[in-house]
Amino acid sequence: MSKVLVIAEHLDGRLNAATARTVSAALALAPESIDIAVLAADPAAVAAQAAQIAGVGRVLAVAHPANAQPVAQVLGPQVAALAAGYSHVFGPSTTFGKDLMPVVAALLGVNQVSDLMTVEGEHTFRRPIYAGNAIVTLEAPADRTVVATVRTASWPQAAGGGNATVEAAQVEATVPTHTRHLGLVAGQSDRPDLQSARRVVSGGRGVGSEENFRIVYALADKLGAAVGASRAAVDAGYCPNEMQVGQTGKIIAPELYLAIGISGAIQHLTGIKDAGTIVAINKDADAAIFEVADIGLVGDLFAVLPELEAALG
Amino acid sequence: MKILVAYKRVVDYNVRIQVKPDGSGVVTEGVKLSPNPFDEIALEEALRLRDKGIASEVVVATIAPADAQAHLRNGLAMGANRAIHVVADGPVQPLAAARTLLKLVEKEQPDLVILGKQAIDDDANQTGQMLATLWGRPQATFASKVDIADGKATVVREVDAGLETLEVDLPAVVTTDLRLNEPRFIKLPDIMKAKSKPLETLALADLGVDAGPELKTTAYAPPPGRGRGMMVKDAAELVATLKARGLL
Ligand SMILES: Cc1cc2nc3c(=O)[nH]c(=O)nc-3n(C[C@H](O)[C@H](O)[C@H](O)COP(=O)(O)OP(=O)(O)OC[C@H]3O[C@@H](n4cnc5c(N)ncnc54)[C@H](O)[C@@H]3O)c2cc1C
Ligand SMILES: Nc1ncnc2c1ncn2[C@@H]1O[C@H](COP(=O)(O)O)[C@@H](O)[C@H]1O
Repeated sequence: MSKVLVIAEHLDGRLNAATARTVSAALALAPESIDIAVLAADPAAVAAQAAQIAGVGRVLAVAHPANAQPVAQVLGPQVAALAAGYSHVFGPSTTFGKDLMPVVAALLGVNQVSDLMTVEGEHTFRRPIYAGNAIVTLEAPADRTVVATVRTASWPQAAGGGNATVEAAQVEATVPTHTRHLGLVAGQSDRPDLQSARRVVSGGRGVGSEENFRIVYALADKLGAAVGASRAAVDAGYCPNEMQVGQTGKIIAPELYLAIGISGAIQHLTGIKDAGTIVAINKDADAAIFEVADIGLVGDLFAVLPELEAALG
Repeated sequence: MKILVAYKRVVDYNVRIQVKPDGSGVVTEGVKLSPNPFDEIALEEALRLRDKGIASEVVVATIAPADAQAHLRNGLAMGANRAIHVVADGPVQPLAAARTLLKLVEKEQPDLVILGKQAIDDDANQTGQMLATLWGRPQATFASKVDIADGKATVVREVDAGLETLEVDLPAVVTTDLRLNEPRFIKLPDIMKAKSKPLETLALADLGVDAGPELKTTAYAPPPGRGRGMMVKDAAELVATLKARGLL
């Protein structure tokens, strides 16, 4: 039977929703136990939140001043030390998990299962390759620890209402001093979080400028939606990098996705495959986005968006 | 200072990958191969550091079958000083790639190794992190800005929350994100010049790399399709349709 260690992601004392999604993937193993590791300078608050995720047995709180910021080469040796006795170590496939989990895999001498989509068995998983154009079934060696990042868009958040025990954990690991965290410039966040929002409105190159992007924000606010963007829109400086949706940006699964002035390149589509309903607004009737859109509207976004806002009342 | 760039050959990003009908793999016969886009960005960054006088030598390395020489010539034409071709018959998984790159690091003693954040074929996003770990050196992944001074690299990283800045001691491993730079185009005279640049060939088997336990791929499937839906004529009909479906 599997014993799973899930690595919590958190920022400013708050547990990230990606952690509960990762627990869902762990639950799919029908394991003997699931523990969560919280590494922080002062893990108490985050550990208490993690203890509420249903299905979790223990929360291991690892306090260390060096854990104040998520530096992968600092956290990695500690996670690898904690991994002893576990059959699986899972982290979210966010930039945090993508940075950290391969460090753990290298220390444990295994290849990482990246972007785990489905669990087929204790050591059998499915994951996307080639920007999601193919899905492979992988078998990890049964006699080694499985280290994986979990594709959060493929998994719902595990329920709350749990009551795990919180234990202070001591780890024997040498923490390197070669890396200094100088700062994080976070985007302003009075809108819903892109990765967990039920509705997302994204703008592409067709929006034309940073200035014009205001109409995308306005529509999003009307819908209570998060705002995303294509790579072209980010590259052109219309909006910040953390808004990029796609193969190399965020992979999201909102109930409703509106693509505004986005052509539908494969690298963008791979980020929205799991969306419930895709709506596309594009002036080019032949745009690839219409091949995957559930509802399409051919028209000039500068005419359609104000009408749409008005129709929404 | 010397920079080592990991430069993988992959199926070109414009190719629409098809899964073989029998699920045994994807169709790679006759498809266009290109440098991994993130590795072109890695090479461009190294070349810019050399242009600025910060780096003195840029070495590109690939682990690939014997027919990848033209791929490395491409990197030399872009401007690398030398190339190393580790000849491997089949594909290597990230752990084996990282262990192989570590052998090259031990041999070349670079001050900086730049890799792509992910290869767009396996989309694994792990080789750079593994190399840093095995080497016992810092990593700065998903870089969108790199500054080198006084034996340190200051790297701005694209993370989910925004932009994070790390300062790392050299030698270090950096992996590239899309907005680090825009790779230059190769000019015809550079292709001629590249023909006489040094290209060293090593056999993977001679490096003494243990590939480690591998992940076995047992099946390939096309992704679940999303068909073409309906078209609406205007904003009013769009709102009505969304309401009818309970989405508003
Ligand atoms: C390695 C790699 C990774 C990548 N990763 C990503 C990724 O993660 N995410 C991503 O999005 N892309 C990614 N890309 C880029 C991708 O290939 C496309 O270039 C990009 O998605 C195009 O963005 P776009 O649709 O906004 O721009 P375009 O393709 O230029 O499309 C603009 C669209 O706007 C429409 N339009 C213009 N004006 C109007 C108007 N007034 N009204 C209505 N419609 C209008 C046009 O008809 C057109 O369809 C990646 C590429 C590479 C090589
Ligand atoms: N066979 C290889 N040859 C050269 N570089 C490689 C190879 N495999 C991986 N890399 C490097 O590691 C990066 C990340 O690859 P991956 O971990 O497979 O997504 C790539 O962008 C390359 O820079």
